[in-house]
Amino acid sequence: MAAFNRRQILMAGAGVTALAALPACSNPPGSTDSGEKVEVFSWWSGPGEEEGLKALIEKFKADNTGVEFVNAAVAGGSGTQAKQVLANRMRGAQPPDSYQLHAGLEASDDIKAGWLEDLTAMYDSNGWKAKFPKGLIDNLSIGGKIYAVPVNIHRSNLMWYVPKKLTEWGIAAPAKTWAEFLAQAETLKAKNVAALSVGATWTQLHLLENVLLGELGVAKYNGLWTGATDWKGAETIAALDTFKKVMAVSVVGTDDWQATIDKVLAGTAAYHVMGDWAAGYLQGAKALKYKDTYDVVASPGSTGVYNFLADSFTLPKGAPHRAHAESWLKLCASPEGQDLFNPLKGSVPARLDADKAKYKDYLAWALQEWQNSSTVVVGSLVHGVVANNAWKAEIEKAYGVFLQDKESAKFAEAVSKAYTANK
Amino acid sequence: MRKAKRWLPGLLLVSPSLIALGWFVYYFIGVNAQVSLSDWKGQAQTTGWAGFKWYQELFADETFHNDIRNLLIFTLVFIGGSLLVGGVLALLMDKGVRGENVFRSIYLFPMAISFIATGIIWRWLLNSDTGAGTTGINDLLGLVGGHSEWHKSDSDWAVASIALPAGWALSGYVMALFLAGLRSIPDELREAARVDGASEFRVYWHVVRPMMIPAIMSALVILVHISMKTFDLIYAIAPLDPRTETPAVYMYLTSFRGGFYARGAAIATMLFLAITIVVAPYVWWATKKERIR
Repeated sequence: MAAFNRRQILMAGAGVTALAALPACSNPPGSTDSGEKVEVFSWWSGPGEEEGLKALIEKFKADNTGVEFVNAAVAGGSGTQAKQVLANRMRGAQPPDSYQLHAGLEASDDIKAGWLEDLTAMYDSNGWKAKFPKGLIDNLSIGGKIYAVPVNIHRSNLMWYVPKKLTEWGIAAPAKTWAEFLAQAETLKAKNVAALSVGATWTQLHLLENVLLGELGVAKYNGLWTGATDWKGAETIAALDTFKKVMAVSVVGTDDWQATIDKVLAGTAAYHVMGDWAAGYLQGAKALKYKDTYDVVASPGSTGVYNFLADSFTLPKGAPHRAHAESWLKLCASPEGQDLFNPLKGSVPARLDADKAKYKDYLAWALQEWQNSSTVVVGSLVHGVVANNAWKAEIEKAYGVFLQDKESAKFAEAVSKAYTANK
Repeated sequence: MRKAKRWLPGLLLVSPSLIALGWFVYYFIGVNAQVSLSDWKGQAQTTGWAGFKWYQELFADETFHNDIRNLLIFTLVFIGGSLLVGGVLALLMDKGVRGENVFRSIYLFPMAISFIATGIIWRWLLNSDTGAGTTGINDLLGLVGGHSEWHKSDSDWAVASIALPAGWALSGYVMALFLAGLRSIPDELREAARVDGASEFRVYWHVVRPMMIPAIMSALVILVHISMKTFDLIYAIAPLDPRTETPAVYMYLTSFRGGFYARGAAIATMLFLAITIVVAPYVWWATKKERIR
């Protein structure tokens, strides 16, 4: 039994110590030194958005010479991966200097956890409240305070189609209401074409929020998220029933939106309801032309309404380089910053005084709608504006049951109950 | 002191792994159980006592019922399939085939691929598009005029098609286990039966089968716990789809999308207990058999 010597035991002990020390090796760069730098955390690593971020970084470096910019971008899952990495850093009290969030109630968890600084004073001293539309400011405010600076605006309530194909099928103009849409579906059915192409679960929820918006109108749609509109009320149930009818005339797949919109291009389906990131895909990967080989209108019943979602940047509590973080936020909110970023990302600037000449094709129309003072701004459910994470996840869960049993009243009941439990 | 000399080196030998296991496995199982009894919801951890609230909610939760039903179907098809395919492969190998080593490697390789990669390959193989978009297995089925919707169909059994890739990955492993079992049976026993006039089927049924019980049992236990833990494969093939959701997927979604960390921990604890219920009798049975020997 004496086959053991002290050295081996020491080695084994060292092995365990090394294991225990492993987690400590994952410290983010720059968390301890106090050099001149700013660390910005985002999930912008995909095509378009990465170029946009790089342009912003170049501008920041030119304006702040000698300050090192640390781009802490985490790829994957439109932010799901990044949020997990971020949550671990925030719990470990190692915040970056600024991090990305979807504007709106998605931030409420982070606020409750005490992670975010109130930026209302910054808005006031820079006069930003007058530079953004009021509807946006309303949706950004949580308990009367603003915690994030929006960089870009995407639109959710859009319906995409191929104009020539519609004419071919004998449809004069895209549907203006969901009732008209369902009537067109009959015509299309006779031609062996599905009215709508729908994909994975999140794209179905994306459709659901826009059917609710189109059927209930702005005031009642907004009320759904504030408790003012009763989910169990007759009108909401009727809107949910309309959604079921829409689903019944759709070709329903499980792919993400790209493969789903491909069915519209192929002529299997007439329309696809999707956000305006689709424009980048259609013009880029598919080399189509706006108004010619593809076109887009507001989804039925929502003309003149901008169902928005936005990426924004925040100031975490305990940010190690606060002064530089503030110059970053100022750059994000400035017209120059927004006009650098948005044409590359394929979104419109949140500011009302952005330079129109920089935006072409779809974006020109989108910016015109956004800057139009009669446009009403409402927030998107699926993209984190009008519901906090807990309620949103519970709605997704209830939708899973709804998809299988198709009982509108039961779904409404579950959503309403989840609202009370998680507001 | 003399006595210490006998047990101390042994203890020192195992203590590194004991400490690492104790910390990284058993301590965190404990923490998980503790979280499941707390009221942690949202980004910041809270440690208020919620008792069995999350468990009670889950027992009444329709999504959870659906997930358990899916898991049962998945487990049945996955285990049945891989035992059957693995068993047949092992019997064929045992009969002797030229280039056995090559075949053995071919059937075993799928296990070396991570489930996430398997999932991505099979997502394409199980594509259900029609017309020009047809790919994967539906291309083959198309040759005989067939077409399957796989996991995208409205059938309650849609989840069973996810068991296909899982079985594909693990049946080679079952084959290796069974083959080792078959090879450990002395040839004399079979020959003795044959001399006594037993048919080949009766040799397998009366001589080989009883001696294979340990191999079958260990294969069963390994497959059951893999099946309950399967997350990556399902998430890679069909994320966020109630038709293929299992408790493991629900656990991930509710914790990391919704911030219901306590509920996620409750699901994890229940999965852990379910696996224990399967594994514990096996361990007890195996140790008892060791003692008899």
